[in-house]
Amino acid sequence: MNAINPNGWRPSMGEGAPDNAIQTFTGNRALQLEEALIFELGDADRSGVDFPETGGIDMSALGPMARAERPELPGLSEPETVRHYTRLSRQNYAIDLGLFPLGSCTMKHNPRLDEKVARMPGFADVHPLQPVHTVQGALGVINELAHWLIELTGMHGVAMTPKAGAHGELCGLLCIRAALEAKGDPRDVILVPESAHGTNPATAAFAGFKVENIPATPDGRVDTAALIARLGPDVAGVMITNPNTCGLFERDLKTIADAVHAAGGYVYCDGANFNAIVGRVRPGDLGVDAMHINLHKTFSTPHGGGGPGSGPVVLSEALSPFGPLPFTARQADGSIKLIEEEQAHDEHPQAFGRMCAFHGQMGMYTRALAYILSHGADGLRQVSGDAVLNANYVLRSLEDVLDAPFGASGPCMHEALFSDDGFAEGFSTNDLAKGLIDEGYHPMTVYFPLVVHGAMLVEPTETESRAGLDQFIGAMRSLAERARAGDELLKSAPHLAPRRRLDETLAARKPKLVYKD
Amino acid sequence: MRYLPLTDADRSAMLSVIGAGSIDELFADVPAEARLTAPISGLPKHATEMAVERHMARLSANNTTAGSVPFFLGAGAYRHHVPATVDHMIQRGEFLTAYTPYQPEIAQGTLQVLFEFQTQVARLFGTDVANASLYDGSTACWEAIAMAGRITKRGRAVLSGGVHPHYVETARTMAKFTGDVLDTCAPVLEASADEDALIAKIDAQTSCVVVQYPDILGRIPDLARIAQAAQAAGALLIAVVTEPVALGVLQSPGSLGADIVVGEGQSLGVGLQFGGPYLGLFGCREKYLRQIPGRLCGETVDADGKRGFVLTLSTREQHIRREKATSNICTNSGLCALAFSIHMTLLGGSGLSNMARLSHHAARKTAAALAEVPGVTVVNNHYFNEFAVTLPRDARQIVREMADRQVLGGISLGRLYPQEDALANGMVVAATECTTDEDIAALVAALKEVLA
Amino acid sequence: MTRYFTKDHEWIAVEGDEATVGITDYAQSQLGDITFVELPAEGSEVGKGDSASVVDSVKAASDVYAPVSGKVTVANAALEDQPELVNTDPEGEGWLWKMALADTAELEGLMDEAAYQAYVAEL
Repeated sequence: MNAINPNGWRPSMGEGAPDNAIQTFTGNRALQLEEALIFELGDADRSGVDFPETGGIDMSALGPMARAERPELPGLSEPETVRHYTRLSRQNYAIDLGLFPLGSCTMKHNPRLDEKVARMPGFADVHPLQPVHTVQGALGVINELAHWLIELTGMHGVAMTPKAGAHGELCGLLCIRAALEAKGDPRDVILVPESAHGTNPATAAFAGFKVENIPATPDGRVDTAALIARLGPDVAGVMITNPNTCGLFERDLKTIADAVHAAGGYVYCDGANFNAIVGRVRPGDLGVDAMHINLHKTFSTPHGGGGPGSGPVVLSEALSPFGPLPFTARQADGSIKLIEEEQAHDEHPQAFGRMCAFHGQMGMYTRALAYILSHGADGLRQVSGDAVLNANYVLRSLEDVLDAPFGASGPCMHEALFSDDGFAEGFSTNDLAKGLIDEGYHPMTVYFPLVVHGAMLVEPTETESRAGLDQFIGAMRSLAERARAGDELLKSAPHLAPRRRLDETLAARKPKLVYKD
Repeated sequence: MRYLPLTDADRSAMLSVIGAGSIDELFADVPAEARLTAPISGLPKHATEMAVERHMARLSANNTTAGSVPFFLGAGAYRHHVPATVDHMIQRGEFLTAYTPYQPEIAQGTLQVLFEFQTQVARLFGTDVANASLYDGSTACWEAIAMAGRITKRGRAVLSGGVHPHYVETARTMAKFTGDVLDTCAPVLEASADEDALIAKIDAQTSCVVVQYPDILGRIPDLARIAQAAQAAGALLIAVVTEPVALGVLQSPGSLGADIVVGEGQSLGVGLQFGGPYLGLFGCREKYLRQIPGRLCGETVDADGKRGFVLTLSTREQHIRREKATSNICTNSGLCALAFSIHMTLLGGSGLSNMARLSHHAARKTAAALAEVPGVTVVNNHYFNEFAVTLPRDARQIVREMADRQVLGGISLGRLYPQEDALANGMVVAATECTTDEDIAALVAALKEVLA
Repeated sequence: MTRYFTKDHEWIAVEGDEATVGITDYAQSQLGDITFVELPAEGSEVGKGDSASVVDSVKAASDVYAPVSGKVTVANAALEDQPELVNTDPEGEGWLWKMALADTAELEGLMDEAAYQAYVAEL
């Protein structure tokens, strides 16, 4: 195995003082640079932007609400600005630096072509309310991406505008609400498996449904019998994640969907893990009525340190008439028509409304479309195949040192799930996760799903090489052994990051959300 | 395939470690009848970078870009000059390809940016605190209405007719499902908006009054007066800012008494992008801290006592509170917040003020030039960088005909309010520091030609 | 004064038809550092088993249920600035609210100290 440091030398073993005992005048540690806040560095008279003279401008048309003083916002010159943000950037872990095994979040390589494409002026420099005939290319992108999303999922329609996964969930559930209302059917219960992500029950509640939990079976899947037994005239639908949050494929989804439909309900599939099955199975063929697709997960738009996301929702024939405005339609002459409020009355009268201003996340559509076209049908199938292969490789390479609660349930999909069973007394999943930081990795997803004690969810993704995986496996094995042996140094990890463990209790008890002089 | 590092030799070696004969075998849990045995038909096979770029460039070329013609569109999305530094910095991989900063020891870069961003937004809005951003202005506006309902325990929001119609439509959609009542004033094409009508609607059931500042027609409402009326009835004032540059020269909504201020941050750093991704801004009084939707970054210390930042108060959020969460929001608009923050740092207070003054100056010159065109009347007495005009006939058609002459001259009110026939001859016109005298001359010439 | 306990780890100390409510030492130890306490409004009516208060730690928000029905008379204002009192003195200064009991018969069925300790020992 390709160990991270084969001769066993560690920084703390060097001659002389341990490195964390060396104090520097600046607080910097070579390439690790401390950086002050802009409020400590800048002032409101400094600027990194030159403008023409503004002295003689008549401001009287502003009227009585004009302000007397300029806002108290600090400015920096361009070189100071570049240095400030460059220094800050270096305190972040990122996919560009290394493997990012965050289960369920799908941190994979973001192709730079997609960045280039998103910045093409025809997409980046057009206004959302330009006359439709001046934005045919931009509407063409939306229409083309919509087409491929429908093809890849085997569905009937798609609502493009939701701005993130949870927003997409909401959109899907509002479609279900609207469909039920159109039928005059007062069903109001949504069934959610207990392993679901917290957004599922939150979204269902927000959409006005009552949430009931469905238990899991010991092998990590939804209890199909319990779910079917609960169906009835009050059940509006189910929300199921597939592959599920334990990294397993829900084999019975089609059976469940048939039963739900027979009982008069709808099936919402949380598509957070669609990346594991893209090109291999179409949710439409499994009876799904609505599914959001996180474009950043399956189609690799960048996470950007927490957004922006994009969560289009594919819809079955039954739900498509209720999708929100606006959307696009290709005309017989090849032009793209935009259906907004003005046209909806004639062409889409049952739309449940509008999720946001304008047309959704255009900048994400261009990136996702470039990604889909780059991979093509064969590439996308290889993407899911390699993602699943990498996850199974990690699972089988670690299951002798880490407890894999569903290891016997067959192959995992795109992520491998472990528990803290076997750690020394007082050692937790969090300690192992923080130890990964010192090894130069971002931790995996921890304590999720809730159905496994001390859960560790590892998703390597398809963009990792075998050598990269082997090194990660080596680090994980070393950490697992330290956690089992009770290595006290692990409990205070990380030791080598820009910051040690942070006091989250203090932050929550005495919230300090803005800088004060 | 250029994005996939595994070779066939790697794959077979790994399969033997796993004990599987093929990758397809790993998908054994997928029911055989649903399993695709070949690549999806219809979608072409993988393509070279060159081929994809060519395809996308062809689509890109089939648009009239804002920078290529005289351009006067606004209504919630503005074309400002974004310094080159902004796009360069946000493309650093450590920002672009980082995750939500849930592991603060290795995410201080993103976290410090968010803390700085929150402070910038709070200072711009004149609020005590601000969050780490929401999806966009329209969703932020709804979140504020929902939050006011939680605080006041009342379910009736009063909206000015000057609120962006897409924002109203978004709120109306959500309210339909939550059971909130939205009482919306009708939009009017007049010099002063509907302050009296708005105030008359406030009663003991009112949770909040929602006012856009400047409003959809560029008018600048007297927020202090409305704040007083709302608060006297126990309701909150929500101010909506779709053009944050305006606050370089206008008093901040917070200083005028707004309890919650939300907005669209697109003007700074983000660019037009055909409507998204944009940047929802959200600030409010400190006493409502625990009712704020979305992510919050807070200052704290690490085990060595060094200053550091973390995401905090996460128990409000849905991944913990599940069905009792404060909102459906699960993400922020991180990279757009970074772009906003960098642009704001480059500007500083004096730069923002200069940018606002130049935008106002351009709008004044545009209004003066349009007022000279026969049949055209400028509606506003006061405005920042956007104002309404009435035209002699349906503005939708006039806008289209100007576009045929390579001038993007404004947004017809018919596009924004298709049901309001009384507004059909109205058009909103916006200018910024990017607007030149030549642009204004071209607008006037095109309009004269179209009206002739 | 008699002290009763619930299976949800609330305690209630009763004196006549007045009572004080809080969470147990076991509960606070399970929750970890308490960061915020959402208190019931004074004067509000609560029913037995209703969620009357929410106790936040860094990673969890936990409902506190009213052990019996009644009217909230006082909420512990000290917790607004010092939520940590729930950790340091859960069954003393870290009390949550005082209430006027609607029906003392509801106290039957709650556990006494010994029964609660036995219950916790089983968990």
